[in-house]
Amino acid sequence: MIPRHLIIGVTVMVAVVLAMSFYAWHMRGGAAGVETAASAQPVAPPVTGPTEQVTLCIAYDDDGILRARSARIPLPAGRQERAEDLLRALLNIYLDKNSPHPLGAGSEIRGVYLVDPGLAVIDLNSAFADQHRSGVLVEELTMASLVQTLAANIPGITRAKILVEGKDRDTLAGHVDLTNFYDVAAVTQLVSQLQSVQ
Amino acid sequence: MRWSRDVAPASQRTLLGSCLLALVAAFALLLTGSPDEKRISIYSTVANYSLPVVERNKQDYVGLLEVLEPLGTVSAKANGPRWTLRYNDAESEFTPGKAQARVRGSDFVLPANFLLENGRGLVPVPSLGTLLARILGGPVTFNQNARRVFVGNVAVHFTAQVDKSTPPKLVMNFTAPVNPMIATEPGRLRMVFNHEPVVAPGSSTLTFDSKVIPSASFQENNGAAEITVASSLPLMASFSNNGRTITLSPPAQPPAATTGTPTPPQNQTATTNPVPALLASTSSPALAHYFAVIDAAHGGEERGAALTNLLPEKDVTLTFARRLSQELEARGLSTLLLRNGDTTLTTDQRATMANAAGAAIYIAVHAASQGNGVRLYGALVPAGGENHAPFLDWDTAQRTVVWTSQMAENSVATELRSRQLPTRILTAPLRPLNNITFAAIAIEVAAPTSSIEQLSLPSYQQLIAIAVTDGLAGVREQLEAGRR
Repeated sequence: MIPRHLIIGVTVMVAVVLAMSFYAWHMRGGAAGVETAASAQPVAPPVTGPTEQVTLCIAYDDDGILRARSARIPLPAGRQERAEDLLRALLNIYLDKNSPHPLGAGSEIRGVYLVDPGLAVIDLNSAFADQHRSGVLVEELTMASLVQTLAANIPGITRAKILVEGKDRDTLAGHVDLTNFYDVAAVTQLVSQLQSVQ
Repeated sequence: MRWSRDVAPASQRTLLGSCLLALVAAFALLLTGSPDEKRISIYSTVANYSLPVVERNKQDYVGLLEVLEPLGTVSAKANGPRWTLRYNDAESEFTPGKAQARVRGSDFVLPANFLLENGRGLVPVPSLGTLLARILGGPVTFNQNARRVFVGNVAVHFTAQVDKSTPPKLVMNFTAPVNPMIATEPGRLRMVFNHEPVVAPGSSTLTFDSKVIPSASFQENNGAAEITVASSLPLMASFSNNGRTITLSPPAQPPAATTGTPTPPQNQTATTNPVPALLASTSSPALAHYFAVIDAAHGGEERGAALTNLLPEKDVTLTFARRLSQELEARGLSTLLLRNGDTTLTTDQRATMANAAGAAIYIAVHAASQGNGVRLYGALVPAGGENHAPFLDWDTAQRTVVWTSQMAENSVATELRSRQLPTRILTAPLRPLNNITFAAIAIEVAAPTSSIEQLSLPSYQQLIAIAVTDGLAGVREQLEAGRR
């Protein structure tokens, strides 16, 4: 014969577990909804603070070229934060409805890490790479645009590396190699090639 | 007691576990295959080929039909208790489980019983020498220990002598073209002849009056011949005289990569095709001499860009690669197509195959839906990497020959532009360009107009292929001189 107090205790505990499970499930669904809604929007740069003039290296698909464009954007003081905001400003242009070089919805810069000496690591999210159009030129325009925008505005960067979700990936979208470190001097030469239609 | 009903006794569980383990082990063995599989090689004027040997009743057997198929018209059928084989106009009869047979109307006794397995007639390997001679009606030499069968006078002989130049060279002359697998190991270089009827010289060990290359030895086993050259320095192999001469020598001098500046290619004759030590660190086939290696990008599971809903990039690249190959061949420029079907190849595999071919130029073919015309790419060599002769850094191997690649790009671009095809020259971080040890370019073909369907037009592709061929033919001598 099972004691009465034991039955009551077990029943109460089961009820509590069920109630907490339902609550956790409810909260999780709400959080996912908020995240989805947020990730569909371009990440906006800070709107407050003093602005600075920067040079963005922008890809134009129509002519298959890169153009340097001056812009004034608010930038934080930290070197790494500046690098991240620079690339996010560039990304805003590409995610705009009138983008000269459209990227897939949900594309994000997860972070930029400046590692001495002279190494910049750009971490993209998976949507950036998974939804990127495939082709040597179109992928190269993206890579050169990101690296050159950093190198033109953050002094001292000599090498760059692109990760996706914090991990190595073979190519951006089937062509441009992401396994190696880019020599910024070589990318600068490439940018000068890409600035003319020839 | 109620809980124990569904639980198997410990002995049963152990038995079940053992069976599962045995099944897994057997499956793994089936998948991997035996590395020491017995083989027999047959050399003839018609074909050189190798077949697996099976063991039955502690005897080595081989399928008789498989042995004869490449040599002529052959058929076999079960005729009552007998297995009848017809080779050209000669008939032979074998009885399963019996050693007695009739070949061309005469009695023939096998050293062991004839076996029939699923319609496949197996004969003992030791019988092949006399049995084949009887069936084929001609001379057959059988080296039973090495399991090598020579049908007719097909043996390839060789001589070897050391040229006492500086550095010394071992020059090996063969009576027919050869194409061995070459592997370097500390203190020796091995050449394995799987498909060539190379036979021993007068002595199986050759000694030379050289401290660098003191000796070479010949041995044959399991259907293959092997020449091992002892050396105190790493050796590189060069092929010349249409594959009849192999020259082994230490690297002459460090390449320009160690100085960090591109330099003109070293003086080599157009027929010389060294296998770089970069590749020889593992076994690598020394392929025939090709002018160009053409690599249709993507393939198999990797479709490349979706040019339209129904047109993957991999199909366009293969079509164009074949067209380009035909154009080059028509000009007398031999080509190697790395992919001539819908197969998946990694960039490392492509680079390894291309480097082993030791061609004058590597051409990767891509196709794109963006833009118009043709884009030519040279390697954007990644940061880092040091090249110390004779070894090249894998990721930056192209660095030493960048100028040769640029020369090829410029020549091709001139021809394309002369045909009013919009052309751009760019660099790109596009593997395996940076892994190639000789001139390497990539061609990205886009449609002539905004209509992507026109990319598949034969006339458009032909126009580009002809222009590329003209461009490469224009710098042929410089490219040939740059072979590694």
